[in-house]
Amino acid sequence: MQGASIAVTDLACRRGDRVLFRGLSLRLQAGDALQVTGSNGIGKSSLLRIVAGLAPAFAGTAETSGTIGLVDERHALDPALPLGRALGFWQRMDGAADNELARLGLSELLDVPVRYLSTGQKKRAALARLIGQKAAVWLLDEPLNGLDVHAVELTETLVAEHCSAGGITLIASHQPFRLGHMRTIALAEYAA
Amino acid sequence: MSGRIITLLKRDFTRLTLGGSGGGAVLPVLFFLSVAMLYPFAVGPDAPLLARTGGGVIWVAALLAAILPLDRLVEPDIEMGMFDQWALRGISEELVIAVRVLAHWLSFGPPLMLAALPAAALLGLDGATLQIVEIGLLAGTPGLAALGVTVAALTAGLRGGAALSGLLVIPMAVPILIFGAGSLGTGGESGLALTGAASLVLLAIAPFAGGAAVRAARS
Repeated sequence: MQGASIAVTDLACRRGDRVLFRGLSLRLQAGDALQVTGSNGIGKSSLLRIVAGLAPAFAGTAETSGTIGLVDERHALDPALPLGRALGFWQRMDGAADNELARLGLSELLDVPVRYLSTGQKKRAALARLIGQKAAVWLLDEPLNGLDVHAVELTETLVAEHCSAGGITLIASHQPFRLGHMRTIALAEYAA
Repeated sequence: MSGRIITLLKRDFTRLTLGGSGGGAVLPVLFFLSVAMLYPFAVGPDAPLLARTGGGVIWVAALLAAILPLDRLVEPDIEMGMFDQWALRGISEELVIAVRVLAHWLSFGPPLMLAALPAAALLGLDGATLQIVEIGLLAGTPGLAALGVTVAALTAGLRGGAALSGLLVIPMAVPILIFGAGSLGTGGESGLALTGAASLVLLAIAPFAGGAAVRAARS
């Protein structure tokens, strides 16, 4: 995870024929965490997708080094499969790494088909997929949606551990995310 | 990387063959057999007529059966974010599509070739005709698989994409159908060779056209 970084320079984002934000610059080094806040539709998710390289930047650049892990509202787990096998697919893709199933409270759910899981359980399963990926850069889009109080605390702890191990976390959320050293930027200040 | 490709192929194959809610590979085969069974009822018990036209019916049935699974070939994976996760891991859309063409073919090509045996019996085809049908299916179904995956990728995310993809596949499958079914009339190798050639062209195009379509669907 050493040497992970995110460098966003003078970034502008366009959805359809509307420019959502412009002139955004960020620097994140190993161990950093940053939360992007703002109301719905302001471009938080789009920013994450640009940083991930999944969407083109309208202007400016977004460069990352290190492997990227993304958790958004789409959990990428086969709805028809039992959770254990759906996660097993990603473990075989990423190389078998411990994905902290017990801590995430998923050990009991491995036989349950993904489509029967609740929103919060799917979110935790997506976090397990992320942890198993051992990515240096975590991009979390509304990571606390649908989570109960206990799971919220757990997610905050997991992010803190990830950063103290030299990882980077970029969170897009309108909800408060408690983390000691985390910086916050309001995307509204860059609205076009 | 090869381990990842095998993992991907295994997932695609089990999903398309056993296929949970979609009915998997059984549905196209049953559909294919029911067309072969209905045809003699429709044209009457005229054995020479059935034997002369039966090979063509098998081809049409195979083409229609290949259309059935189109809507679950690409779109579900785009919707649940699988392609995004693969892209983050450096697995290109082209590679995923190429693997999917193979998995799709495995899930309907060989089963249809097996089902062609009872279908040939129902239509009263002789051994020589059956042989040409089987070789033709072997040459033509990979092209149908490539075409199906490409069109499924192109129509993913569109309203009424499933019906649209069926309509789009049919005209583009005409070359395979003409040469495949045409080889029955002439009994010649040239028809089979051209079927294979049409298949190869489609196989070569599919990963790139499908990959580009998946990326375009993202924005």
